[in-house]
Amino acid sequence: MSASSLPQGGLPTASVTGAPIKAETPFRRFVSEFFESKSAVVGLVVFVLAVTIALLAPFIAPQNPYDLAQLDIMDGRLEPGTVGGAGFTYWLGTDDQGRDMLSGIMYGLRISLAVGAGSAIVACLVGASLGLLAAYAGGKTDTVIMRLVDLQLSFPSILAALMILAFLGKGIMNVVLALVIVEWAYYARTVRGTALVERRREYIEAAQCLALPTWRVIFRHLLPNCLPPLIVVGTMQVARAIALEATLSFLGLGVPITEPSLGLLISNGYEYMLSGKYWISFYPGIALLVTIVSINLVGDHLRDVLNPRLKK
Amino acid sequence: MSLYLARRLLQAALVMLAMSLIVFVGVYAICDPVEILISPDADQMERERAIKALGLDLPLWMQYLSFLGNALRGDLGRSFVFNEPALQLILQRMPATLELALGATIMALVIGIPLGLYAGLKPKSFLSKTIMTGSILGFSLPTFWVGLMMIMVFAVQLGWLPSTGRGQTVEVLGLRWSFLTRDGLAHLAMPALNLALFKISLVIRLTRAGVRETMLMDFVKFARAKGLTNQRVIFVHVFKNIMIPVVTVVGLELGSTIAFSVVTESVFAWPGMGKLIIDSINVLDRPVIVAYLMIIVMMFITINLLVDLSYSALDPRVRLENK
Repeated sequence: MSASSLPQGGLPTASVTGAPIKAETPFRRFVSEFFESKSAVVGLVVFVLAVTIALLAPFIAPQNPYDLAQLDIMDGRLEPGTVGGAGFTYWLGTDDQGRDMLSGIMYGLRISLAVGAGSAIVACLVGASLGLLAAYAGGKTDTVIMRLVDLQLSFPSILAALMILAFLGKGIMNVVLALVIVEWAYYARTVRGTALVERRREYIEAAQCLALPTWRVIFRHLLPNCLPPLIVVGTMQVARAIALEATLSFLGLGVPITEPSLGLLISNGYEYMLSGKYWISFYPGIALLVTIVSINLVGDHLRDVLNPRLKK
Repeated sequence: MSLYLARRLLQAALVMLAMSLIVFVGVYAICDPVEILISPDADQMERERAIKALGLDLPLWMQYLSFLGNALRGDLGRSFVFNEPALQLILQRMPATLELALGATIMALVIGIPLGLYAGLKPKSFLSKTIMTGSILGFSLPTFWVGLMMIMVFAVQLGWLPSTGRGQTVEVLGLRWSFLTRDGLAHLAMPALNLALFKISLVIRLTRAGVRETMLMDFVKFARAKGLTNQRVIFVHVFKNIMIPVVTVVGLELGSTIAFSVVTESVFAWPGMGKLIIDSINVLDRPVIVAYLMIIVMMFITINLLVDLSYSALDPRVRLENK
């Protein structure tokens, strides 16, 4: 962000009363612009709420759905709002094992968010490094990396993930690995695009003239300037990863039955759907939907805020 | 043109070869199918006989070479479970998947283009904003969950549409099709719409963006200045230009539609290749997994090639030779 893009009147000034006003930094400007959109703020609030619920699940959930001693099979498939044998109300009903759906969703959210965020972070690290390398090194390295990216992107994510899980089998780490392999290419492509422009700038030349080591030029000078598009892609990819994990778990290829994510909870309710017991699939789906939409709302607005082309 | 075609075909062959190797080795990395296919009560003799019959005793590279040689002759191995040629098994189920994917694509175009046109021509109207919000939902909603909800509403609660299967089929050209009977169409409606949701959103967005961009072009102003009717300007001059990205993306999406039909087929118990592959992965029926992946890869390479070629036919500015 250059100085010329400062909005009028946005230059740091001291107020008349003498109390110092904080100087405007790119970060503060970004924050104030972000909070201009109501839908993005709602998305952020909902997302933070979902993360909080996921983190605090063991403390706030009415029941520990993994603790078999707390489950009563007689309470199986109760409708939402029924008071169960243990004496508390199942606000969202119970599944076939007599598990409280509300608690199940809270714990499921933990798994879904952890898998989504974890795979996005690893994919980002791998993808961004390769993208930077491709842009900085150019030549053969660039060709090889980008060919791989093209190959990866020409396959639909579900198919690639399906293939990898068919090789590796079920398991949380396998799902994360599959998601990383499916997603790194998006980061690599994004970063390379920005880095190709940035590396021709004067500050990179200046850094090279100072004879700084290459890794330092790449990671301390080039990378920070490629961050904005990376953040946007990263946000959207977390949502995609969560959705893909849910889909894979629904197909029976994702997380194991002992650690049910939202997708697996939905899948468990599938067979009871036809007999009208909708809540086993319905509520985890709503939780999944709300999480994904909230992330997408934030990402959508981030794209507008961080896009320098829209600043004119 | 022919040079380009030859290069693309060579590239395609190389990708196929690489994929066959990855797929084959990958599938062999999962646990031993002997454990699953042979009854645990079987004695040592029976086990060995079964291993020999399935060709699992040979070294990996020999199994691959024989696989490759057979694949070139169109033999992708026999399914361990069905004891039928894997290729035949998949080809039998392919019409169902293609029917579903084509139905979804047609739905996406028929629903998406008019909505996108409207949203592009009147971007400020309330209906346009509703359409655009709806398209965000189309991107965000997980397909399988929407499918379940559709079953719940239309099949369980309202009882309008059947929830699973293909319904009555008619044999045409030796293949069984659902879309020719009323019952079949009723069975097709929900899965096709479910599979189409994502694509409808995509087509709406592409059409809208295209319309908004094209409406500002000089040739549109010129056409208006010539006194052409609004209808002719929109449906001849604007429409032709927005069709290029739409056709490309929908064409490219056909492959991913076929891939994503895995999900829809599982939800609606649609007897296509997608359901077959999920079942095969669950029982580690390796020949079927390998054959499915090879067929899908081939399909992708063909679709990409066809889209590139049709692109140049639609837009003379694209010159393939210069690539």
